[in-house]
Amino acid sequence: MVLMQSVLEQGMIYAIMALGVYITYKILDFPDLTVDGSFPMGAAITAVLISKDFNALLTLPICFAAGALVGVLTGLIHVKLKVRDLLSGIIMMTALYTVNLRVAGRANLPIYNKSTIFDNDFINQIFPDAVTSYKTIIIILVITLISKYILDWYLRTKSGMLLQAVGDNEHIVTSLSVDKGLVKIVGLAIANGLVSLSGCIYAQQQRYFDVSMGTGTVVIGLASVIIGTSLFKKITLLRVTSSVIIGSVLYKGCVALAISFGFESSDLKMITAVLFLGILVLGMERKRRVKLDA
Amino acid sequence: MLELKGIYKYYNPGTVNEMCLFQDFNLQVEDGEFVAVVGSNGSGKTSMLNVICGSIDLDSGSIWINKNDITHVKEYKRLNKIGRVYQNPTMGTCPSMTIMENMALAENKGRPYNLGLCVHKKQKEKYQNLLRPLNLGLEDKLDVKVETLSGGQRQAMALLMSTLTPIEFLILDEHTAALDPKTAEINMQLTDKIVKDKKLTSIMVTHNLRYAIEYGNRIIMMHQGEIILDKKGKEKEDLKINEVLDIFNKISIECGN
Repeated sequence: MVLMQSVLEQGMIYAIMALGVYITYKILDFPDLTVDGSFPMGAAITAVLISKDFNALLTLPICFAAGALVGVLTGLIHVKLKVRDLLSGIIMMTALYTVNLRVAGRANLPIYNKSTIFDNDFINQIFPDAVTSYKTIIIILVITLISKYILDWYLRTKSGMLLQAVGDNEHIVTSLSVDKGLVKIVGLAIANGLVSLSGCIYAQQQRYFDVSMGTGTVVIGLASVIIGTSLFKKITLLRVTSSVIIGSVLYKGCVALAISFGFESSDLKMITAVLFLGILVLGMERKRRVKLDA
Repeated sequence: MLELKGIYKYYNPGTVNEMCLFQDFNLQVEDGEFVAVVGSNGSGKTSMLNVICGSIDLDSGSIWINKNDITHVKEYKRLNKIGRVYQNPTMGTCPSMTIMENMALAENKGRPYNLGLCVHKKQKEKYQNLLRPLNLGLEDKLDVKVETLSGGQRQAMALLMSTLTPIEFLILDEHTAALDPKTAEINMQLTDKIVKDKKLTSIMVTHNLRYAIEYGNRIIMMHQGEIILDKKGKEKEDLKINEVLDIFNKISIECGN
């Protein structure tokens, strides 16, 4: 039960990050590695603010804005300086490592005994004692769902529709007399804003920041997106954003299952890599079969 | 009025593959003209369209629309007043979006793409009325993704979408070349109807000499970056397909084909 709860909690926190990866990877067709830097950046900013007794709720919009700024920078490197998409992300990811160390001041910053979005006077008051153990999961669920619904709404606006168009067919955006570079920058900003937000919540739930916590974030995001979108392709009632959230939880479940089989936490990255490879290959297998059927 | 003045364009300058495409190329298209452009491969037809739309840079020369110099205006800004249909039917529509979403996106051209809702349910009837004259049954498929449509259907949609908002020029880049003869014919008639209804100034590149003779009120033949035939009005009406073919054969023989 505890395992289940931890899978749901972490899965839904990472789901917000996965929504960001969904925007770049699926919608924009832009493999954005900035994610490995913007996730811990959200955590670093949060840890510093919280350790200085800053309002925990306000860290959420601040981290989103900081992530968006980082996304804009990646976009500018790609669009204005004409650096390839993958390399733009790698450059930003590398630079952010230093930024995160500078922001936090050190490689590891714990924030025990401070009030967070999960543990403050207000929250402790409104949750009756009976559900105290579930309050973290309820708060995460609320934040994740709000993020999802805002993203769903945005994707139906004119601006959001244009974002989908630029990944679908760049020419049409130019034909519609819009600068496609600008649209990409907007997409990267929203994506990295979500990723940083996810890092912010993660830091508050785990109560620490660690400079290496971002390593492999993009793989987790991609795995979640691919699991979600390929598993629930047939269910049209389910929005893609919901599929991605479920995909993220399922992915965390797979990792937890592997650990419960006796793997050690040092094996985690290997498990991640193997799982991701398996998902990718299975996904391709499905596609091939669909083609044969057609 | 559209003017190209003293256009110079080299490909791969400074290398052994240097190729001069345009050398002092000039063209004037008056308002209301429907220009059909023919010529062999590599004669510079599509490059000319790319120059007009700003998809490729010039080495020297200038481009004017209604006495405004647009030589240094970016491609996406120029396309505000220009509609363009490409040879490849997949380039004019968004495949993973529905017909309705595509129409809604196209309809908003020229206005800001802000946080307003893109697709309004009440627009449905309006889009249906726009799609009905195509006679392709698209009006009943508004919620179908464009990727499931055939090339001809997509091209008809691309044509409709690029002329949905008020534009001054319509650029057609071999837009019937990838279609089967019957679908090409339907699309060509549709093009003619839209151009006449909206009184658009149009430039159409085509390999189909019959279309070039039958449609439009001016014909241009290009060869190695130069205009070698230019007939308009009465002169064009009297032009026979065999005459054009003769000139076409002559230039081909000159090239050693």
